[in-house]
Amino acid sequence: MLDQQYEVLSRVPPQTPVSSATKVKGMESSVSKVSSQPSTQGNPKLRVQGFNFFYGPVQSLFKIDLDIPEHQVTAFIGPSGCGKSTLLRCMNRLNDLIEGARYEGNILLDDVDIFNPLIDITDLRKRVGMVFQKSNPFPKSIHENVAYGPRLQGLKNRGVLDEIVERSLRGAGLWEEVKDRLHKSALGLSGGQQQRLCIARALAVKPDVLLMDEPCSALDPIATGVIEELLFSLKKELTVVIVTHNMQQAARVSDQTAFMYLGQLVEFGRTKQLFTNPSKKQTEDYITGRFG
Amino acid sequence: MKEWFRQFMASGELFIWGCGAGLSLSVFMIAGLMVLILVNGMGYFWPADLVELTLKDGKHVIGQLAGEDVSPKGIPRIRMKIGNRDLYGLDYRWINTDQIVERATPADLVMVERREWGNFYGRLKTLLKEDQVVTEDAETVWKALPPLLSDTEPTDGLNPYSVLLAEANGREKAVAVDQVLRVLRPNDLSTVEKVWVYVGNIWTVLTTEPREANTEGGIFPAIFGTVMMVMIMSFIVTPFGVIGALYLREYARQGIIVRTVRIAVNNLAGVPSIVFGVFGLGFFVYGVGGTIDALWFSEKLPTPTFGTGGILWASLTLALLTVPVVIVATEEGLAAVPREYREGSIGLGATKWETIWKVVLPTALPGILTGLILAMARAAGEVAPLMLTGVVKLAPAMPIDGTWPFIHLDRKFMHLGFHIYDVGFQSPNVEAAKPMVFVTTLVLIGVVVTLNLAGIVLRNRMRRKYAGSTV
Repeated sequence: MLDQQYEVLSRVPPQTPVSSATKVKGMESSVSKVSSQPSTQGNPKLRVQGFNFFYGPVQSLFKIDLDIPEHQVTAFIGPSGCGKSTLLRCMNRLNDLIEGARYEGNILLDDVDIFNPLIDITDLRKRVGMVFQKSNPFPKSIHENVAYGPRLQGLKNRGVLDEIVERSLRGAGLWEEVKDRLHKSALGLSGGQQQRLCIARALAVKPDVLLMDEPCSALDPIATGVIEELLFSLKKELTVVIVTHNMQQAARVSDQTAFMYLGQLVEFGRTKQLFTNPSKKQTEDYITGRFG
Repeated sequence: MKEWFRQFMASGELFIWGCGAGLSLSVFMIAGLMVLILVNGMGYFWPADLVELTLKDGKHVIGQLAGEDVSPKGIPRIRMKIGNRDLYGLDYRWINTDQIVERATPADLVMVERREWGNFYGRLKTLLKEDQVVTEDAETVWKALPPLLSDTEPTDGLNPYSVLLAEANGREKAVAVDQVLRVLRPNDLSTVEKVWVYVGNIWTVLTTEPREANTEGGIFPAIFGTVMMVMIMSFIVTPFGVIGALYLREYARQGIIVRTVRIAVNNLAGVPSIVFGVFGLGFFVYGVGGTIDALWFSEKLPTPTFGTGGILWASLTLALLTVPVVIVATEEGLAAVPREYREGSIGLGATKWETIWKVVLPTALPGILTGLILAMARAAGEVAPLMLTGVVKLAPAMPIDGTWPFIHLDRKFMHLGFHIYDVGFQSPNVEAAKPMVFVTTLVLIGVVVTLNLAGIVLRNRMRRKYAGSTV
């Protein structure tokens, strides 16, 4: 039934992008106005333009063009080694740490090139937060973990820090569970809690964009469910880009989905359309489990 | 049979037994060494009974039993510490047991601890005051003597009293009370009193200065010198080792040069320590120290101030010797910090330095401390380089005292390891000094163990704090 609905929608001519405010209220309400063009709807927060990436002599991303809309969840799917994590890590220039990494093309954050030598890279990383596949709380207390980012920015006031810690932990849905042991080691938390702590830690610096690199791959289904719930509330505040191996997860949580294969962006579009009516044969093969 | 053998070999049983045997052999040897040192060292403090022997020829011998064996001719014999070096010339004497007619332990035998010539074993005879007899009764002398003694510095003849002592065969010897440290009647002491004396002896050795070319008295200056030198060495070696390792691991471009440097650092740990001593003498003492003297202490020249061996130069030389250990341990600690921690920190907008300072270094701290513990153990036991850079057999003053500027890094110092060498092999009376060698060894091991334990406790506290770190 849904298939038919999307079939119909795909014939609706493109319209002006809806405002993010309308978008927040939920995808369903705006579905009827949505274009089915490969380009997406919503204000583009991040624009990837003609992006090539090389690890030394090996090219791992080929001519990626993609607009990531504001206040939505964008998922990257694809088989292992397709370059989705690489693309994600380019968005806050974490790949700069890798020796021999090289790129061509642009990535624009709010229409500013993040590779511009004039921009402050630490500032970029504050605006574009990251949550990793393996939860990586520092071997410090829960409080110190969350306060780490604000402290880096020179915030010392105890009261303000406490406030930020509480707000961030609430934002990550962890406050109720840890409020009595804020000063205990973060490594005593369960895997799911640790991952939410990492989200809280990222939220504490008030990023515009949150990049998540397979955040649930090491978690059990219940912890995964909690984090997926969290994504719905997070996208009111910020833009989320998530890399996942799990296609069901991509279908559940994302508004936009990009399918990548061998370093190329094969298809990018609204999640429901991509999963129900992919325009490329490769996408269809992948999501129906014929390969990958 | 062949099949059985093949299976036996494949099961690894032989290997396990081999490893077990090797380990037990090592443990056994170390335990044996420790027991030997403990028995010999701790026995030194015990106030053993004084034995009076009557020999076949009618002569008497007074002394403490110090072992027995069989002479090369097959006659069993005993070894006596007979003391009275001023009279006999030797502290020890072998006596064949077939010569002994009678053994006795009379209560009136005294052991007189003197500032010079070692112990006197014999009997009290007369107490004199400026050549006037005060009393001739041994019991009265015994009662009158203790209040006259002073365990501080000799009063240079100001004390008018002297005491007439008689050795085993009645020969008399007058000793100024000034020269007497303590008079004991070991045979008259109960076990509890002996334990008290024993504890007192240990305390004396640990807290007083040496006498008689280091063979008597305490070893406090050596303990103090050792600990202070290790401390200064640690303060110097930790920052340098950590900075070196940080640069090698975090900042330097990994390549042929860094690899060469790393190999060089590792090899540095294998250079004979005397070579470091020579370098320390040439570079620190003559080079740096000489320059300092020429610039700031020229009024004292040609008497050197820093241009001669001192605790600072010795510590610097040892720091050089141990820096490879710290570098290697720190590098391993840094390498073991998970990449996720670094990425997490960088991803939050930290610079590389902030990441290293706030996340990487704290996580690597247990590894760094391991390096420091190894370095301290090595430094505390090293003697050869010190002999060239500032250790002396008897330091006139401690490196820390009450005169401005309180810490005198230019001063020469005493060291337990060198003390062992000096007392055991350089003293005029090697036999008498032997127990002191064991005591000093025991104390040196004690100091090393204590320093290491302190480091280990600190490290475990760190580990608990950063629980889950893999270092």
